Amino acid sequence: METVIQYSIYLIILIALAIPLGRYIGKVMNGEKVFLSRVGRPCERLIYRLLHIEESEEMTWKRYALSAILFSALFLVTLFLIILLQGILPLNPEKIDGTSWHLAFNTAVSFITNTNWQAYSSEAQLSYFTQMIGLTVQNFVSAAVGISVLFALIRGFVRTKTNGIGNFFVDVTRSLVYVLIPLSIVVSIGLVSQGVVQNFKSYDTVQLIEPITTEDGTVVTEEVVPMGPAASQIAIKQLGTNGGGFFGVNSAHPFENPTILANLLEMISILLIPAALCFTFGRNIKDSKQGRAIFIAMFTVLVIALTSVAVSEQFATPQLQGSERNSEELVDLSTDGQAGGNMEGKEARFGIASSVTWGVFTTAASNGSVNSMHDSYTPLGGMVLMLLMMLGEVIFGGVGCGLYGMLGFAILTVFIAGLMVGRTPEYLGKKIEPYEMKMAVFVCLATPVAILIGSGIAMVIPSVADGLNNAGAHGFSEVLYAFASAGGNNGSAFAGLGTDTPFLNIAIGLCMLLARFVPMLATLAIAGSLAKKKKIATSAGTLSTSNGMFIALLIFVVLLIGALSFFPAVALGPIAEHLQMIA
Amino acid sequence: MKSIKILLKQTATFILITTIVCGVIYPLAVTGISQLFFKDKANGSIIEVDGKQYGSKLLGQKFTGDRYLWGRVMYDNTGTYHDEEGNALYYAGPSNLTPASEDYRSLITERAEAIKASNPAMINQKVPVDLVTGSGSGLDPHISVAAAMYQVDRIAKVRNISTEQVEDIINQYTTGKLLGVLGEKVVNVLEVNLALDGILN
Repeated sequence: METVIQYSIYLIILIALAIPLGRYIGKVMNGEKVFLSRVGRPCERLIYRLLHIEESEEMTWKRYALSAILFSALFLVTLFLIILLQGILPLNPEKIDGTSWHLAFNTAVSFITNTNWQAYSSEAQLSYFTQMIGLTVQNFVSAAVGISVLFALIRGFVRTKTNGIGNFFVDVTRSLVYVLIPLSIVVSIGLVSQGVVQNFKSYDTVQLIEPITTEDGTVVTEEVVPMGPAASQIAIKQLGTNGGGFFGVNSAHPFENPTILANLLEMISILLIPAALCFTFGRNIKDSKQGRAIFIAMFTVLVIALTSVAVSEQFATPQLQGSERNSEELVDLSTDGQAGGNMEGKEARFGIASSVTWGVFTTAASNGSVNSMHDSYTPLGGMVLMLLMMLGEVIFGGVGCGLYGMLGFAILTVFIAGLMVGRTPEYLGKKIEPYEMKMAVFVCLATPVAILIGSGIAMVIPSVADGLNNAGAHGFSEVLYAFASAGGNNGSAFAGLGTDTPFLNIAIGLCMLLARFVPMLATLAIAGSLAKKKKIATSAGTLSTSNGMFIALLIFVVLLIGALSFFPAVALGPIAEHLQMIA
Repeated sequence: MKSIKILLKQTATFILITTIVCGVIYPLAVTGISQLFFKDKANGSIIEVDGKQYGSKLLGQKFTGDRYLWGRVMYDNTGTYHDEEGNALYYAGPSNLTPASEDYRSLITERAEAIKASNPAMINQKVPVDLVTGSGSGLDPHISVAAAMYQVDRIAKVRNISTEQVEDIINQYTTGKLLGVLGEKVVNVLEVNLALDGILN
């Protein structure tokens, strides 16, 4: 019972914060006055002056798209070079060398695309310079680009008979100045107050109370204490649905996530902006019911996923009880004086409830940070996390991109519903025609295509199989999860798979690029085409897109595409493993 | 073509601006504020008594001696970090094992039996799950109350003190749930052991 209260509190806090934030973001992106304007406006104006742009200058969808692509591409090259050359760059007290070219490529792509897939182990392979100047910056801008593209789409719905869908530079600037930077400052200071490290020192060492003797007889008497500017990066990796940890084990590391209050701050930050944007959407199209409908659809799937993972992890596996089959159980899995359940790969301070909630939030939101090891989840628990990514990251999804992905599904849904009743499909007063449909299909199918082709090819490469640390069905799940994570631009991992190989680095890198930029371009194309159209008045025959019927239909379409695409793959991985487990 | 050139220039300038704001000003500002107001916490929550560093309150250490409270199962990593003289430094990571395999069952059985053998007073009680599983970070500094209490009798006997004394120390380093509901009630293993040794009081 107490755990149910815990899950409910997390969900209530999320909604209570998302609604006002949604309204705030809506004002900001329209250029309305907000309480931060006194500080923000001068910063904004300075940036526009340095860029030589007029705030009111509008872009066509093609120019908007070109700006977004150029911005990302130039940053990709910069980040690639930073990682490659970190050995000779400053702020490197641990004297870490540059990585291999393919790891640098993979990491650069991973951060540009808001994925934060980590083929590297950060505290051992990246310098403070790379983490700060390279990765932290990307965490901000990749999220800001997501928000900007979403607003371009919203303008497409709102505007009539025009070519302009906003200005890319203005949108990114506003997202940063009013939303991402202020929130990150608040969260990072909160995290430091809980014990997250924030300094530029070299790693410390401390005496071990009991020295350790390794297998080859060496006696180890000291423990390493990693340091660095962690809090500032963690705040934005949570808020921007990036997820790349300062430390290799991400937010399971006690220096990244020391207390349950720190955990609460980080966990709510995962879904805060994606959830808020649903309400922003409703506000800015001047029909809050539409935003609410999208929110309810996402929230429903979230709660179903949360329930199934929670039950699965609390019941754990028969193997965790130890001893031979059917003989006396050796291990106590009850909740008496402990969290109980499947504690492999979970931190004691978080227990089951706070680990599972995080796991579901992070895979729903395309965040990908973890506070427990998903590789060690029960087969069904791990499967649900994987499914959340396979659905195309539209259950809240990434900052901005989750919602524009979901709107792609909404367009698909009105089209299907339109076919059923024999009417021209329309959404939010705009006629949906073949062009929009084609683009919506690109939005919805980029992820499944990237995942299935990627993992399919990977499975026939012998070197991939050698990198698995679990055999059989679970090994396949590790590969499938890796590509689901890349294709969903999520970045979390079944970390047992050794992925730092040339083939996997490049394959996963391409997968991430495809899944990020195909839907983005298609969305902007839809925005451009919709902005040109006139509004059609709602009539008695217009299909409501805010009632329960539509919400149910939307959920059905999202699940249907997910199920049809992934059933065979999921059956070979987690389902097979589950059946072996209970056999 | 000319307009592309302008766009390219704007983009490059924008990259420079965002890098300076998000990559330099922001982390430096946060570091400044942190070092000013939370100096101890921003630097690793190191336990220092009389000038000697006894570990970080937040990083687990491995305890195997009967006189100490044991924590989560730790997968040692002594290959990644070395001090200036090249001596190996201790670190640990997660197992990433699936809890649904028969190999895992054998591993758990082996661990549970070893723990029962070391805690003869508890031979008829099931072993709390925290004691036989690895954590998410591999460096979990805590253990559940059930797992700590399981070891009280052993520690008291070896140290020749009363079980009440051990329980008092454990209670002293137990953190409750946030607002009474969120998270779990946990015991800090390193602090308990330092208190048992009389270093913390």
